[in-house]
Amino acid sequence: MDTVGGEVNASTLSLRLQLQRSRADSAPFLLDVSLQVPAGITILFGPSGAGKSTLLDCIAGLVRPDAGRIAVSEEVLFDSQAGVNRSPQTRRIAYVFQTLALFPHLSAVENVAYGLASLPHAESTARVEEIMKAFRVDKLRARKPAEISGGERQRIALARSLVTQPRVLLLDEPLSGLDAELKSAIVEDLRAWNAERRIPILYVTHTREEVDALGERVIAMDHGRVIGTGTPFDVLEAPRHKRLAQAAGFENLLSGTVVDLREADGVMRVRLNNSHCEIEVPLGYAAAGDRVLVAIRAGDILLATSQPRDLSARNVIEGKIVAMELRGTLVRARVDCGTQFIVHLTPGAVRTLELAEGRCVWLVLKTHSCHLVEE
Amino acid sequence: MDALLLSLRLALCVSAILLAGGLPLAYWLAYSNWRGKFLLEAVVALPLVLPPTVLGFYVLIAMGPRGPLGKLWQTIFGHGLAFTFEGLVLASVLYSLPFAVQPLIASFESVDRKLLDASAVLGAGRLRTFWCVILPLSIPGVVTALVLSFAHTMGEFGVVLMVGGNLAGVTRTVSIDIYDHVQSLEYADANRMALVLLAISFAVLSVVYGFNRQVGRQIGHRLWTPWAAK
Repeated sequence: MDTVGGEVNASTLSLRLQLQRSRADSAPFLLDVSLQVPAGITILFGPSGAGKSTLLDCIAGLVRPDAGRIAVSEEVLFDSQAGVNRSPQTRRIAYVFQTLALFPHLSAVENVAYGLASLPHAESTARVEEIMKAFRVDKLRARKPAEISGGERQRIALARSLVTQPRVLLLDEPLSGLDAELKSAIVEDLRAWNAERRIPILYVTHTREEVDALGERVIAMDHGRVIGTGTPFDVLEAPRHKRLAQAAGFENLLSGTVVDLREADGVMRVRLNNSHCEIEVPLGYAAAGDRVLVAIRAGDILLATSQPRDLSARNVIEGKIVAMELRGTLVRARVDCGTQFIVHLTPGAVRTLELAEGRCVWLVLKTHSCHLVEE
Repeated sequence: MDALLLSLRLALCVSAILLAGGLPLAYWLAYSNWRGKFLLEAVVALPLVLPPTVLGFYVLIAMGPRGPLGKLWQTIFGHGLAFTFEGLVLASVLYSLPFAVQPLIASFESVDRKLLDASAVLGAGRLRTFWCVILPLSIPGVVTALVLSFAHTMGEFGVVLMVGGNLAGVTRTVSIDIYDHVQSLEYADANRMALVLLAISFAVLSVVYGFNRQVGRQIGHRLWTPWAAK
């Protein structure tokens, strides 16, 4: 660790890389990314197949990029022009895989101590003790991974990676199998550990919930490129990308044509495909006649059984319920207004309003719930 | 009984040599990205399909006084290689090679690649990864390799006959002894030897299958068998 006068310097991971991959079974894939990851948790978000795991493999040194440069603060790990390519063994980058990759034949303690083979026994033992306490797995010691619960396995994988005092931590959806409570408990321990060390942590996920739970900074990726950077709100609430919108949980992706722009009101009117249905959406980079995609969350749509009046919401559309299905604690309704909308309701609302298939309803949409996205 | 002791000694030597040489060879075959790898794989598998007499014939030619191996041996040790115990060991190593190498390859390949990546990221070099991760997770394969080479060498006939001849105490192994007894119509002697061989083979295989079942359950590996590989 870089310490100056007892203070720990926060380090930054910076990288710029290209990687062309051609596989027999799929279209050629190009990873072309340029990133700065400061100390703290940064989320790498994108649909599966976006190139997130390949990017982590490149940073860890398991995959060699075709060109580019990877550095932690001032130290260069890979530079195609200078001919530098440090081996994964010497990069001091910790990597927790999606499958965790705990050694099945070693006990919890042996797993955690695996990366400390070069240290004297006493120091290695002390460090293992300390990290296992910090991640609350010090009672498991002699147990093998197969005899340990999912959440504890994840804690041991984190402890094994962090005990080596890495300069960067890469996490590839390590908490995907856990419920929200367990997940946030582990993340809290991780934050506490990183509070004094201040290393960059790159956390890969493709689920919206994890972004909301962890979010400070988000980097959104798709098709091997960075398509957005910022706070979770910037990147996910106003997605400008169709696949990202799908991944972020926008159930309604409707294509349409711009009818006219009303710059003074900051809005434009869009006629949805195959219908007479026109909605008002926030002004975007479009001209009259352009084809656009509008993303709307199913949970952002209100439903009324009589025509509502005197509303601030600008879009009130008449339609008919064509299908309803109960999914856990919410009801998913399809409403035909010329084009079909998906609306999420609570079972209570369905009961009170006596909603059923074939019922005529009005949909209410705020202008700012309608997001323009790119194909 | 000489024949039985000789066969046991031969089988032990061959298994030990095959384990020592088979580990690096199998490691290379399992993890190398070399394009021409399939050629070496074919060579290793040859004894599975070749009649033992064909293999024995070429080994005999190579070990003969005018063959390259024979000449080399003569200059180093001062005596020929054909019709000696050492020659028999060499021929048996070649003959049992696939029985040692293929189970090793199969078990190395079934080790999760992510474990190797994890080991590398945690700072372990190739050698440490091999000793601490690959080998412990390949124990059933190692045991299978050892036992198959042992049992295969115990039971070989054609190669031994071609390369070793039939010298009592030097190259007359159990299987040849049995053949001799049958030729001389000494069925009682033949039967005694045959029963011993049968008992040993059955005992050894039972122990292996029992062991692999136990270990395989712990680390989730399937047992390699030669008929599954073919």
